[in-house]
Amino acid sequence: MSRLVLFLPLVLFAVMAVYFGMGLREDPSEIPSQLIDRELPAFDLPAISGDVEGLSNTDLVGQVSLLNVFGSWCPPCAVEHPMLMQIARSGVVPIYGIDWKDPPGAGSAWLERNGNPYQRVGDDASGRTAIDLGITGAPETFIIDHLGRVRYRHVGVITEQVWTDRLRPLVEHLQAEAAE
Amino acid sequence: MKAFLSALLALFTLTSLALASPGPDERLDDPALEARALTLYAQLRCVVCQSQSIRDSNAPLAEDMRAVVRERLLAGESDAEVLDYLQARYGDYVLMMPPLQANTLGLWLVPALVFLGGAAGLVIFVLSQHGRGGEDEDDGLDSERARALDEEEGLS
Repeated sequence: MSRLVLFLPLVLFAVMAVYFGMGLREDPSEIPSQLIDRELPAFDLPAISGDVEGLSNTDLVGQVSLLNVFGSWCPPCAVEHPMLMQIARSGVVPIYGIDWKDPPGAGSAWLERNGNPYQRVGDDASGRTAIDLGITGAPETFIIDHLGRVRYRHVGVITEQVWTDRLRPLVEHLQAEAAE
Repeated sequence: MKAFLSALLALFTLTSLALASPGPDERLDDPALEARALTLYAQLRCVVCQSQSIRDSNAPLAEDMRAVVRERLLAGESDAEVLDYLQARYGDYVLMMPPLQANTLGLWLVPALVFLGGAAGLVIFVLSQHGRGGEDEDDGLDSERARALDEEEGLS
């Protein structure tokens, strides 16, 4: 019986190895969103140009949608942009944009150059809406359900794989939920 | 020459000082409020750079967060209300010091438990050694074996 005690360090080691091994699979720099399953905070942002309308949180009620935070100053956003264009062309889900801390005119010039995947774009020049949304960097994308609640947040670039493996299935699930 | 060198030195000192302290961009007029703001900056994490407080960070987002802190203080909120405001948006992570609550209990208690456990183990070990020391004074070798060892080492 007392010999079994000798195995205690080994057992402890095994438990810690499994625990820390699981920890290694997580990204510690990713801060969990406080908004999951909660309604979007209220915002009412002006348009970035005459061509596209501005954005308020009530625009996102009524259908499942993507809310993408971007900036013309943000290199990963340029990487992500073709994917957003592809999603917009597919017509699976409408995309709304928040132009985060861009100087006047920069966001609209950027969309003119690269194409506009957004239904509406709000101009968050002061960055306050981004803080209300708990944004830590651009790009970030929220999936909003038909009741205007945040159901998912993706930090970083939406790649083809992220879209097909994670976002699209969830969007379709929420659309089915909304249709019920 | 001397004047030129000292001017150069002054220039270097000034530029290095300017670069070394990104520092809070805008100050509050009321020194008491400004002091509170500085303490709050140090308690809030920059969510971009993550290992820095917003007091030390010159990231644009940290700048915005400092502006939020100043606005809230000017609006007459207490320090706790300002921290709550940002905590509601960024979670516990935004606080440099993790709060003591159910899911952080382990974080706070484990170091103390390990210390107490180690201290208790040490005390038990020392006491048991002490007790044994009283019973037999020699090193545990019987005299015959001791002699054999001595011979091997060429001592006798």
